[in-house]
Amino acid sequence: MGFIGKGLLDGMVVTARNFVGSYFDKERLVTVQYPEERVQTPENSRTFPFLVYDDNKNPVDTMRCVACKICETECPPQCIYIVMDRDEKGKPRQRPKVFDIDTSVCMQCQICVEVCPFDAIKMDNDYEKSRYGRFDELVEHLPDLLKSNEYYGRIKPTEATVVDAKLKAEKEKKAKKAAPAGAKPPTGSKS
Amino acid sequence: MIQPLTEEKQFTRTPGSEGLIETQTLEVSIGPQHPSTHGVFRMDCVLDGETVVALKPVMGYLHRNHEQLAERMAWLGSMPYTDRLDYLNSMSNNWAYALAVEKLAGIKVPEHAEYLRVIMSELTRILNHSCVIGFMLQDLGAWGTPLLYAFRERERILDLFEAVSGSRMMCNYMRFGGVRVDMTSKDLAVAKNIVSRFPRFLDEFEMLLTGNEVLLARMQRIGILPKELAINASISGPMARASGVEYDVRKIDEYGVYGRLDFRVPVGNVGDVYDRYYIRVLEMRESIKILQQALHDIPAGPHVAPEVKLRNFKIPPGDGYGRIEAPKGELGFYLVSDEGGKQPYRYHVRPPSFINLTTLEDMCLGHKVADVVIILGSIDIVLGEVDR
Repeated sequence: MGFIGKGLLDGMVVTARNFVGSYFDKERLVTVQYPEERVQTPENSRTFPFLVYDDNKNPVDTMRCVACKICETECPPQCIYIVMDRDEKGKPRQRPKVFDIDTSVCMQCQICVEVCPFDAIKMDNDYEKSRYGRFDELVEHLPDLLKSNEYYGRIKPTEATVVDAKLKAEKEKKAKKAAPAGAKPPTGSKS
Repeated sequence: MIQPLTEEKQFTRTPGSEGLIETQTLEVSIGPQHPSTHGVFRMDCVLDGETVVALKPVMGYLHRNHEQLAERMAWLGSMPYTDRLDYLNSMSNNWAYALAVEKLAGIKVPEHAEYLRVIMSELTRILNHSCVIGFMLQDLGAWGTPLLYAFRERERILDLFEAVSGSRMMCNYMRFGGVRVDMTSKDLAVAKNIVSRFPRFLDEFEMLLTGNEVLLARMQRIGILPKELAINASISGPMARASGVEYDVRKIDEYGVYGRLDFRVPVGNVGDVYDRYYIRVLEMRESIKILQQALHDIPAGPHVAPEVKLRNFKIPPGDGYGRIEAPKGELGFYLVSDEGGKQPYRYHVRPPSFINLTTLEDMCLGHKVADVVIILGSIDIVLGEVDR
């Protein structure tokens, strides 16, 4: 070390370099003027879950969720509440009547997505979820949760392609299995 | 509450104040909402003038029932909760828990996953150490500047964490037998870029701090922790190494692939606040070395052991202790599995910052009240882990 005060002067050189550098070097300036400027979140980024449906015209009937309640039991903070839909005779309809996610409890861990065998629940990346109320307004009900497969493909293209391919293969396998049982195998089902 | 002082003790004088006006000691409660206590932590200080004559840490303001919650949940369910223990280092917390479960269930982790874990854990270490130095200087009175420089670097690492795991801080990345998602070649390139530019930041950071006379005056010979006390109080991590205890779980257990990586363990000789600061700088340099090797050697392969099920994961009865060298010290999980094995029968965390905090009084006695804040900063606590 040289003279007394050299350490202080060295430090000031560093701060001056950073101050001046922040006008020219993007690397030294990391602040973003939100909400005017927004940073693109990475594709993997996750916030809260949503439910996927396939057909835009009929979201309720084409949703992939079958109300099997696996996510409800596996959810670590127990923020999911599901009631299965039943017809007049009390026969289960393989879809949820009530599907609530309490976003004030949800900790965005993605375990519901991992355990879902039907690829029905996926993670959103919408982070602007602030509300005026603390209780009811933070609970998301079935109509808010339903989002189309196109939306899923738009926010997470890589992941969605894999899921779509998997579902398509499963569907074809099912069709093939059903074909010998039927009287006439539909032509062109092989691909 | 601190015990009321006896008549005799109340009038003990600090050396050098004989012959001055008789004064009484003063009991001051620092915290729990004080910004220098790094969360909700309270210190009951007894002061004679400005000198600390007794100090009692009061914990428990952030108790969240972590262990009991884990005992009522499936094995996987506690994984996201471990993120919230030491919320700066979720990756290494995940690893410690996964390691304990893997030991208990006898799962073998693929090599590719081991390398990914090393990369994530060492990135966490440099993230933690640079932030801790920033916070410590904030406590010293260097408002903002070093902390924000550290945060600028941290931001790049957190962006990588978000791109890989989906979340910046609550990563929930590790799984039993591997990691949740693989790193793409693009992510690896980003990691290489972070590693290659980090030494430049570290040099600049050291130029700003290491030789600074004000810093030296405030940090040297303050809060000395003797080697014997460090061993007896089972202090671990950078704090123990600053006191001269050569103890690093990475070297002792050689968990993961640390046995193959070449790195050194820096050891201090005084054990004061300055040593604790400088050990962290040196450790960051070693972490960079580890990261360079890991990113170079990473083999191809599966990122998770294929035989491990996500749902209905059961463990045969038994108990196991998995420990890693977390940035703050030795982080261990003690797990007991009983009949059924669907959830832990006992789940215990050995939190490094809680155990390191126990010597706070020994380090603070005889120092001024302003030094207490730096000494606390140099221990590097996160209250999420202290109180659980």
